[in-house]
Amino acid sequence: MNLADDDYTLFALPRRHALDVDALDARRRALLAQAHPDRHVAQGAAAQRAAMQWSVRINEAWRRLRDPLLRAAYLCELGGAPVRLDDNTAMPAAFLRQQMHWREALAEAGDAAAVEALAAEVAAAEHEALQRLGRQIDDECDLPAAAATLRALMFITRFRDEVGRRRDALGQ
Amino acid sequence: MSAMALLQISEPGQTPDPHQRRIAVGIDLGTTHSLVATVRHGVAECLPDEAGRVLLPSAVRYLGDGRCEVGHAALAAQADDPHDTIVSVKRCMGRRLADVADAARLPYRYVDRPGMLAFATRDGIKTPVEVSAEILATLRQRAEDSLGDELFGAVITVPAYFDDAQRQATKDAARLAGINVLRLINEPTAAALAYGIDRGSEGLYAVYDLGGGTFDISLLRMAGGVFEVVATGGDAALGGDDFDAVLADWALAQAGRSAAGAHDRRALLVAARAAKQALSDAPSARLECTLADGPLAVELGRARFEALTRPLLERTLAAVRRVLADARVTREQVQGVVLVGGSTRMPQVRVAVGELFGRAPLTDVDPDEVVAIGAALQAHQLAGNAGDGEILLLDVIPLSLGIETMGGLVERIIERNSTIPTARAQDFTTYQDGQTAIAIHVVQGERDLVDDCRSLARFELRGIPPMAAGAARIRVSFEVDADGLLQVSARELTSATEARVTVKPSYGLEDGEIARMLHEGFARAGDDMAARALREARVEAGRMVLATRSALAADADLLDDDERAAVDTLLAQVQDSASGDDADAIVAAVEALAAGTEAFAARRMNRGIRAALAGRRIEDI
Repeated sequence: MNLADDDYTLFALPRRHALDVDALDARRRALLAQAHPDRHVAQGAAAQRAAMQWSVRINEAWRRLRDPLLRAAYLCELGGAPVRLDDNTAMPAAFLRQQMHWREALAEAGDAAAVEALAAEVAAAEHEALQRLGRQIDDECDLPAAAATLRALMFITRFRDEVGRRRDALGQ
Repeated sequence: MSAMALLQISEPGQTPDPHQRRIAVGIDLGTTHSLVATVRHGVAECLPDEAGRVLLPSAVRYLGDGRCEVGHAALAAQADDPHDTIVSVKRCMGRRLADVADAARLPYRYVDRPGMLAFATRDGIKTPVEVSAEILATLRQRAEDSLGDELFGAVITVPAYFDDAQRQATKDAARLAGINVLRLINEPTAAALAYGIDRGSEGLYAVYDLGGGTFDISLLRMAGGVFEVVATGGDAALGGDDFDAVLADWALAQAGRSAAGAHDRRALLVAARAAKQALSDAPSARLECTLADGPLAVELGRARFEALTRPLLERTLAAVRRVLADARVTREQVQGVVLVGGSTRMPQVRVAVGELFGRAPLTDVDPDEVVAIGAALQAHQLAGNAGDGEILLLDVIPLSLGIETMGGLVERIIERNSTIPTARAQDFTTYQDGQTAIAIHVVQGERDLVDDCRSLARFELRGIPPMAAGAARIRVSFEVDADGLLQVSARELTSATEARVTVKPSYGLEDGEIARMLHEGFARAGDDMAARALREARVEAGRMVLATRSALAADADLLDDDERAAVDTLLAQVQDSASGDDADAIVAAVEALAAGTEAFAARRMNRGIRAALAGRRIEDI
């Protein structure tokens, strides 16, 4: 066991997208109970530094594994199909049309009910894409396809947050 | 005590003598009052002063000639001596003058300095750090007098909502007061610990903490021996003092009078606080004081007071709802609500919080003492006085950390509510051909514009080799330690000559300044600096020898013969130096031992982690 091990090895979990969140949380607690600087207060500076490094590493891995999108991106990267959000923005035409349709709908939504209806539609799309993502990684083992789904999901979640902000604004 | 006695505490593999237990305390450094508590005979209790009072008013009066009064005497004098009696100094910790919303309402002569304001007193310029250090030194003295020994260390509480500058200022104040800080912990976490939320009480808890000057709301989860802050929120500039101020303003308007100067203002606020406190038990109260132009008396009922202060209460409730939403938690999932802070004695607060959560809040521990008691429990554990199997506290940072990018926008690097310790890095690039330096501006806050966030530090990375725009890769790394304090470093990745810089944000008080204050014997007149440095160095040497020996006893097989010989040599050097009188030599030997055992410590940690995982797997089966 060392700091350079991948997140799944560190948490002793199978390298899959489907994840037992309770097991993940329980392992994090067990690891931190061992590694946290508070456990090594009287052990001197060298032990404190090692504890700090390990705790940071555990928290980093936990944060990544706990989030379905970050976890998927990590699996794609481990499997040699990095998502490359910065320089790969290619999207299927149908997806782009749907995005435009949603943006128009948000711009035109005049009341809470309209925003609510759009929010439900976006949530359904997000759910569907997440399911597909899990299948592509765990069952079909098609990481390039998963990376493409993930890029689309990033758009969807960003738009979902926009809709949420609009809903908050109308609710006040 | 001689150095040899210290170094002979134990032989390899033996645990320290139980009679050598370390004196550790918890300190609640509050806005209106401060307390110190410790665990004695297994029970946490607040330590009283010689008159039997546990609350030390957080008031410092400068008398001139380097003398000052702290606590009750200072508080009693504040109306007569408002300019030189500093109260509620916590509101100014790590703040600039512009950050303190009601600065103009307070009677001080401020000095506006970059980073942190200061007060002009008859004893010279005093920063809030120095004022707080006087309070902490008084508590340290109280603890050492009652416990009959020098302090090993203290856990000091801060509002969960305190930002980096405020936490750093608190830690510096402790340093000035000669206190070894075992950990800064959040007040709500401490309060929950005091409530005996322990291994047995798994579930989700809310802590509503309305103090004199700050309001915090925290959600904590207890599971598997780990006590974790799920989310925190609040308002670092909202507290009982604001209720007093609203009441004082109303009384003036009601009587058609105005306050003439600092003395009037202070007298009015003292009367308002008394009336507020009376209203917690009685349906009506009289606000009475003497102003420059004659006596003032206004009668008011509880309903009037509640109506006047409803907007303040509403602000706290809005923060509670925000935190619940942040954590994606419904109020039904919260199985206990703890009230903290003297201001939660106001009946309308109890009623409103009860209504919001749909359950009566827990109030059986004194809301003034609960934070110090929890801190004492944690200090007891960190000092190694408690047994194994104690619970682990996991805290979070309250505000996001980021840096300024083009157009005055903030790029967040560490999101708020991230568990600490934590570290994250992000890569940036240059935007001009041949650019050899890059300015980095570190900010804290949730807003998208730099101007709306708190500026923590500005620094420059120089010595980047000239490249085309966009070719350089500058990695900016943020590291937040277990006290919630930030360190930032930046380096250029593509060039062989590595440009690198590391900074700790400061708020106008540099390390050099603190060293100077320490040297002036601040906060501990009559103490011999050199003797103290030597004593501390020897204690640290003894501690390190002990820790290294017990590590060798447990895991010597992780070292080969050469490595073992090197560690033994370093150990011998520490012991040699500690029997001499040269503090610097001892410190150097201890540092050499720490550096020389780094790989050993890392291997031991790896082994521990493996054991933790193995244990978990066996449990699963």
